[in-house]
Amino acid sequence: MSTAATETTPQDDVAVPDDVLVDVRGLKVHFPIKRGVFFDRTVGHVYAVDGMDMQIKRGETYGLVGESGCGKSTFGRALLRLEEPTEGTVLFDGVDVASLKGETLRRKRQDMQMVFQDPLSSLDPRQTVESLLLEGMQAHGLAKDGKAATARLRELLSAVGLPPAALRKYPHEFSGGQRQRIGIARALSVNPQLIVADEPVSALDVSVQAQVVNLLEELQEEFSLTYLVVAHDLAVVRHISDRVGVMYLGALVEEADADDLYAMPLHPYTRALMSAVPVPDPTTEDRRERIILAGDLPSPANPPTGCRFHTRCPWKQEERCDTERPQLRTIELEGVPGTHRVACHFAEQIQRGEIQPHEVDVSFVEQVDAQPDDATPVTVEPGAP
Amino acid sequence: MTPLNRKKERLDGLAASTAAPAAGQAGGVDVMDPVDPVGEAGAVRDAEGVSLLASAWRRLRRNPMFIIGAVLVALFILVAVFAPLLAPHAPDDRPLIGQISASTNPIPKAQDGFPLGGDEKGRDLLSRLIYGSRQTLIVGVLATLGGLAGGVTLGTLAGAFGGWVDSVVMRVVDVLLSLPSILLAITIASLASQPSQWTVIVAIAIVQVPVFARLLRGSMLAQRSSDHVLAARSLGVKRSAIVFRHMLPNSLGPVFVQSTLALSVSIIEAAALSFLGLGNPDDSKAEWGQMLGAAQNLFDLYPHIAFWPAACIVVVSLGFTLMGESMREALDPKSRR
Amino acid sequence: MTATTTRTSRDARTSREPLLQVRDLSVTFRRSGEEPFHAVSGVSFDVQPGQTVGLVGESGCGKSVTSLAIMGLLPKRGNTVTGEAVFEGTDLLKLSPKQMRDRRGRDVAMIFQDPLSSLNPVVPIGRQVTEVMERHQGLSRKEAEPKARELLDKVGIPDPSRRLKEYPHQLSGGMRQRALIAMALACAPRLLIADEPTTALDVTIQAQILTLLKDLVQDSDTALIMITHDLGVVAGLCDEVNVLYGGRIVERADRHDLFARPRHPYTHGLLASIPRLDSARGERLNPVPGSVADNLPWDHACAFAPRCSNAVEACRTTQPELERIEGGVETPRLLRCHNPISEEA
Repeated sequence: MSTAATETTPQDDVAVPDDVLVDVRGLKVHFPIKRGVFFDRTVGHVYAVDGMDMQIKRGETYGLVGESGCGKSTFGRALLRLEEPTEGTVLFDGVDVASLKGETLRRKRQDMQMVFQDPLSSLDPRQTVESLLLEGMQAHGLAKDGKAATARLRELLSAVGLPPAALRKYPHEFSGGQRQRIGIARALSVNPQLIVADEPVSALDVSVQAQVVNLLEELQEEFSLTYLVVAHDLAVVRHISDRVGVMYLGALVEEADADDLYAMPLHPYTRALMSAVPVPDPTTEDRRERIILAGDLPSPANPPTGCRFHTRCPWKQEERCDTERPQLRTIELEGVPGTHRVACHFAEQIQRGEIQPHEVDVSFVEQVDAQPDDATPVTVEPGAP
Repeated sequence: MTPLNRKKERLDGLAASTAAPAAGQAGGVDVMDPVDPVGEAGAVRDAEGVSLLASAWRRLRRNPMFIIGAVLVALFILVAVFAPLLAPHAPDDRPLIGQISASTNPIPKAQDGFPLGGDEKGRDLLSRLIYGSRQTLIVGVLATLGGLAGGVTLGTLAGAFGGWVDSVVMRVVDVLLSLPSILLAITIASLASQPSQWTVIVAIAIVQVPVFARLLRGSMLAQRSSDHVLAARSLGVKRSAIVFRHMLPNSLGPVFVQSTLALSVSIIEAAALSFLGLGNPDDSKAEWGQMLGAAQNLFDLYPHIAFWPAACIVVVSLGFTLMGESMREALDPKSRR
Repeated sequence: MTATTTRTSRDARTSREPLLQVRDLSVTFRRSGEEPFHAVSGVSFDVQPGQTVGLVGESGCGKSVTSLAIMGLLPKRGNTVTGEAVFEGTDLLKLSPKQMRDRRGRDVAMIFQDPLSSLNPVVPIGRQVTEVMERHQGLSRKEAEPKARELLDKVGIPDPSRRLKEYPHQLSGGMRQRALIAMALACAPRLLIADEPTTALDVTIQAQILTLLKDLVQDSDTALIMITHDLGVVAGLCDEVNVLYGGRIVERADRHDLFARPRHPYTHGLLASIPRLDSARGERLNPVPGSVADNLPWDHACAFAPRCSNAVEACRTTQPELERIEGGVETPRLLRCHNPISEEA
């Protein structure tokens, strides 16, 4: 399918295949931790995203999973230039979004949209649905003809399954699922090519989540959309995605087609993650072997040396793991396709059973003030509007 | 195969499974007809939307605290507007001047046509109280509006731009805040060559500015990092539109609430300045604080001449405070249903 | 690495008296100028010693209100609680606030969803644990401290002597939840109520906490009421599962029966709508249409009727009763439905 190089550095000028819409090379987002009364002094950095490479093909759904604090949301936002990348390039349809400025960047936003986790807080409470949906269209000159705009609004609403009566209402008058539909309609209003959906269903009631998942799939087909779905729920990601990347402490540890990844997780972290997800089936639950990870996610302000996962890895080896940072690579194993890449020095040996898991000493993780992923704390510079 | 085609195929295959979503489920009971369920997204009532303000107003109307406050404030405004009709005498008329003797009877007693008696210049106390509401209203409203205008400008600047603009504006505001407000007002009032009603208004307005600026800047900053502003940014909405359509309207709630509270503070401070002799020296137009100040020499023997203006000040500021507090409650997102 | 073995002490429990009997519990919220809202109505269930009972449902189904009512933690003003919650012969709902305070923490303890806001931010962890023991067991601070260290160690907090002196903000989310569990266990309560204890945590941490809870129940014969919206959590942990909808129990069954053969269309719909990690990919999800905002009032209808694919005329006119149905080996199956999903489906 893809001829993309397995290991790339931002300097490489490798030709991007035609079917790639988004090409991320060596993306880093570091937040300064600032202290001081009069003059802010930078006392360190939170390495939220630290060297991400990713290619998203046209029309596919790329699922990015990871736990809170791994930098997945920050990555999604940096992709849309809602966070300033510290380093690296984000080629969107051949244009480096990371270097765009001012009006060009604003224009470019039409092509890349976002769906938020909390549908209520992402909708301005003082605007009617109509003005919420019109806003983006006006910003990109799509609403010059009043009649056509009205027709388009109805079309958008019907695409997300809401009646035209919704136009005159305010966000707080809807249920959670309906609000998320409005959020999706707003993203669609400017005819984007790419939609980054950041935890699109995790704030919704269980019975409503499936509605939104189905809707996203239908819309993808109807409008030829490309998705990056960022989520912590592995079952949802697996369901919706064509390809899945697993993120740990600012970088990918494994990437594969959804089916391959779930059939044969190769990275120790992916294995643990998948075994930890509860399955709504008592018989399976009783029989399951769980890999219970010891300890907590290390602080992204002070990431471990070498492999970021070595502090919690039950398969950690004496050498290499804590000194050399593993790169994403394809591995030589039967039944593992070339699209399946993993960042682990010993993936083959673990899979073949040559390395057995062992007890892990729990080292306590000190909490830092700054945890940039889910909540933007005061110590981190907020991006200008 | 491209991912899109693959997906299409998958979805096509699935369409069949959705066509009969509950196949085989109704097996047991076939006597009763199935009933249509709601649409997948759930029902949306076909009615005009109710904005946040409208629903806050609904809650307010039922709050007895708000009603008491609103009645007090309404009475105050009515009295001020219709003062010439309500007051039996003009504020500078001195019908009781003949009864005053400096040594035996400095204050005329209550009598027919003068229910509260007169003041030390032989004027009708009741009429002066009624006319006094006008001055108090003008001073309170203008001072608060002035403070609001200044505060909103500074707060918007700081909140919208952030960075060094924010730092500069906020340090200025901090300095203003660190001075006791009454001291600042006294300084400003005494800087004016000729104390007048306007010096009082300007002084109090300036004292209010930092309060409003800080408040607005705080809620603007909260808005700035909010999801809906991020959503507007990602839509490519222009920066000015984000500030004026999203950030400012969503930040003004607490500022307006504060302004009702500020009104009561303005009235009290205006009274205090007048009491200290920094207000209008011309006492032909009655003003409550000024009346209170004039009463201080005779307070021990004739407490009522101080009591009435003081009571008016307290009741009116209580009215504004009750209104402000209940508005804050109604606008609080946590109490929203 | 912990292999999961789940059978709680089931053989022992069937013959015993129930530890907690909840009978016809109803909670009504009254706000000035608004219609009274029945958050919970007619909820009854038993909890045996050593048993884990699940209360499952979505936001607004009344599962948390039920637990708060049992614990006497609902504000008195504006709320009416009726019914009984008999704990070892005493009706908890009839106790005075002071008597209830003495019970809470000693006999019945609770774990909340958000560990950070349930811990006092300005008091060290150790002090918060010893406080409970000082209050209920009359221990001195000196006596309580080694016990606190033991407890922290038991709930898997590394380096407990040091952690005792730390403040909640210095711990991670998972460690805070462990500290909260340690506090709840301080007086060896016989009943533990866990209200969405893992919802705020990541899956790998959730797995740690669930394993911990499971082991605790098994080792100490403590009964556990597990309140959650996550069917996966229920499947691995609970002996008996109560599904709540709109403030009422709509289905009760042993977990194996419930997941294998859900009879209520709501339970069935929930199970059909969640994507599973172990099912074939590419199947379209069957969502439950609408949301709780579409509910009908229970008085003369089934609240779920508008969202129900199985709804018949009767569902919109008469309220279904919670009735015993066929099936269920140890736990009798209860169902509140006019037109249930057939067993073969």
